[in-house]
Amino acid sequence: MPQKKVMRLSSNRITEIREHRRNQAKAGSCPLQDSIAGPSKGGDQHARKLARHLLDTTCANPRNGSLCRAPGRTKPIAHNPNARGHSLSSASDKAAIEIRGVSRIYGTGRDKVIALDGIFLDIMENEFFTLLGPSGCGKTTLLRLIAGFDFPTTGGILLHGEDIAPLPPFKRPVNTVFQSYALFPHMTVADNIGFGLKMLGKPKAEVEARVAEMLDLVHMTEMRDRQVSQISGGQQQRVALARALAPKPKVLLLDEPLSALDYKLRKEMQIELKRVQAETGITFIFVTHDQEEALTMSDRIAVISAGSLRQVGSPWDIYDRPAERFVADFIGESNFLEVEVASVTGDRASVRLRSGQEIPATFPEGTTPKDKVTIVIRPEHAEIVDPTDEAALKGIIESVVYLGTDTNITVRLEGGSLFTVRQQNSRSGSCGRAEGQSVGILISDDVAQILKD
Amino acid sequence: MSAMRTAPENARSRDVKNRWLLSLPALAIIFVAALGPLLVMALYSFLEKGDYGDVKFGIFSLEGWTSVFMQRDIFDDTLGIADAHLAIFWRSIKLSLYTTILTLILGFPTAYFIATRPARTREIWVFLITIPFWTNLLIRTFAMQQVIRNEGILNNLLIWLGIIDTPLQIIYTDTATLLGMTYVYLPLMVLPLYASIEKLDFRLVEAGYDLYANRLQVLRRIVIPLVKPGLIAGSILVFIPSLGAYVIPRVLGGGKNLMLGNLIELQFGAGRNWPLGAAMSITLMALVMIALLFYVRNAARSGVRHG
Repeated sequence: MPQKKVMRLSSNRITEIREHRRNQAKAGSCPLQDSIAGPSKGGDQHARKLARHLLDTTCANPRNGSLCRAPGRTKPIAHNPNARGHSLSSASDKAAIEIRGVSRIYGTGRDKVIALDGIFLDIMENEFFTLLGPSGCGKTTLLRLIAGFDFPTTGGILLHGEDIAPLPPFKRPVNTVFQSYALFPHMTVADNIGFGLKMLGKPKAEVEARVAEMLDLVHMTEMRDRQVSQISGGQQQRVALARALAPKPKVLLLDEPLSALDYKLRKEMQIELKRVQAETGITFIFVTHDQEEALTMSDRIAVISAGSLRQVGSPWDIYDRPAERFVADFIGESNFLEVEVASVTGDRASVRLRSGQEIPATFPEGTTPKDKVTIVIRPEHAEIVDPTDEAALKGIIESVVYLGTDTNITVRLEGGSLFTVRQQNSRSGSCGRAEGQSVGILISDDVAQILKD
Repeated sequence: MSAMRTAPENARSRDVKNRWLLSLPALAIIFVAALGPLLVMALYSFLEKGDYGDVKFGIFSLEGWTSVFMQRDIFDDTLGIADAHLAIFWRSIKLSLYTTILTLILGFPTAYFIATRPARTREIWVFLITIPFWTNLLIRTFAMQQVIRNEGILNNLLIWLGIIDTPLQIIYTDTATLLGMTYVYLPLMVLPLYASIEKLDFRLVEAGYDLYANRLQVLRRIVIPLVKPGLIAGSILVFIPSLGAYVIPRVLGGGKNLMLGNLIELQFGAGRNWPLGAAMSITLMALVMIALLFYVRNAARSGVRHG
């Protein structure tokens, strides 16, 4: 059974992510504590505990923007070892950055724009932390507040317990890799990298030694005396990284640094960034709108939308146990079904589908029987079968889309809504299903997740 | 066979002829309006001066050129250094440099301020900067005279405030000339500077702050090197007309403290020494050329560095 599960999880994206993690584990750069297919191995108990924890610790009410934390816990996410059960790094339990109720409001009156709305967030030392969200969600604003280019309207930002919110950027031990790289065009590669140390008043010999070290770290030693305009985009990216790392910042901020690179180079730099982070042990705060990038690279991800936190957790948490519809919708493909809660016993809930069949589901706190709720099921967690009574859902195939490794089969359900199933292709390349066919959909146990309203 | 070859050749030669014909107006303007007068001036500078102005055609003389920096003793006709001319050359260069520095000090913050406004208000500020150009230079200079004369607005204000008892003698001094030139040429500094600063990528300024540079260090190491082309263009645009300024030293300097423009005018007027005036004009042009050469070399170098 576990074997089968692993097979079915292998959509394009998931395969890539897992392979990347496996490679890392093989390389010994960081211990692979759990694989993405963990819950099926670890059993129901483990999965449910994780899910339960996750729901305890994420934003409960996006409307008023407050982030609800589990009662009685000060650092709910990081201090629970389960929360990082899937994380790959050796992030410590000490917070590097603490965001304390930070809001940023632009304009007044009718022009008022709430860019950030009461954010609470702890980012641990040595952590690769990602702020993920659609453009305009406030993730870059949060990064700029940490860097010091902008100041919060309310709230505090603590760096190792010290409030840095009122400090100008040049007094914060935090450096940024800019989206546009922002390399100084009138300086050489080496001058760019040494700039921060020079401004800190370090002796010349020390600056030169550190620049050489940084050039080596990003494999750019031969480019040392080039002008910035004479090197390629990928190389500029490396120089920007080296420049930001040279002054040994406590926290490194990365503002969508890979968005200007082409696909292959981006893949390369993703691995490169992870390597550099592991080697330097510096806390990375990475901003991106690319969910794939976030899932691949992060120890933990914070999903942000419309200025508030939606969910904070490991990539596994975010993908397999989305807390709310926005998160499920934004990350990966999702099927949403309107159902009724049939029963809640202990940590096990069951929901009644339209067909009358009941399936188990993980649930957030406060779920009671007879509730009308939405459940989310990932396309790769369902299976197309013949329309027997065993099938949870029945319908007619509307489209079959071949994707290379997988095939997406979209089924028009009896109730009229659409449901997508992703099936891995076999050697023969055919999934054996065709448009117009009457089929049933089998939903694996423990894949349905009840979403909060 | 030969017909086939000559046909396109004919067309090509017709093309060449047409091209020359089409550029004729431009060439005519350059020769008649720019090079022609220059040649006339060069010719006049090598002729002997006429008794009542003008020149004596056909009589070659180097007297005009030698008189630029030398003068003949009235009694024994020996050549000596023309102290008066040198003083005027020196004053012109000195005042022009001061004007350039003053407009730079005033113009840089102004241009920076305008360039950092939101796009819509920026246009209004630039428009305001160009307003002085609508009024004739002479009128603006006389207005300046009204401000700084002994019973003028400035002195009356200072006396009324109790800062001074007797009026400051500003008018008819080098200071007055300097003030006038700074006022008149300031827009010529602000506009190219603004154009440069507006193009500046302010993310680089943020990157500077991020890398521990304070405001002064960001200005010195990032902003100034990057807006250097505008800085040099503005300086040239102010320095060159300052060097040849005529109206301002005449009206505000009182005609006693001559500048090059006034000295040249004097040769063609009361001095009745056209060859000398022509030689001085060419000397002034040479000075300007040197300044421009300096600019071109600098611009080329920074061009290479900026890629």
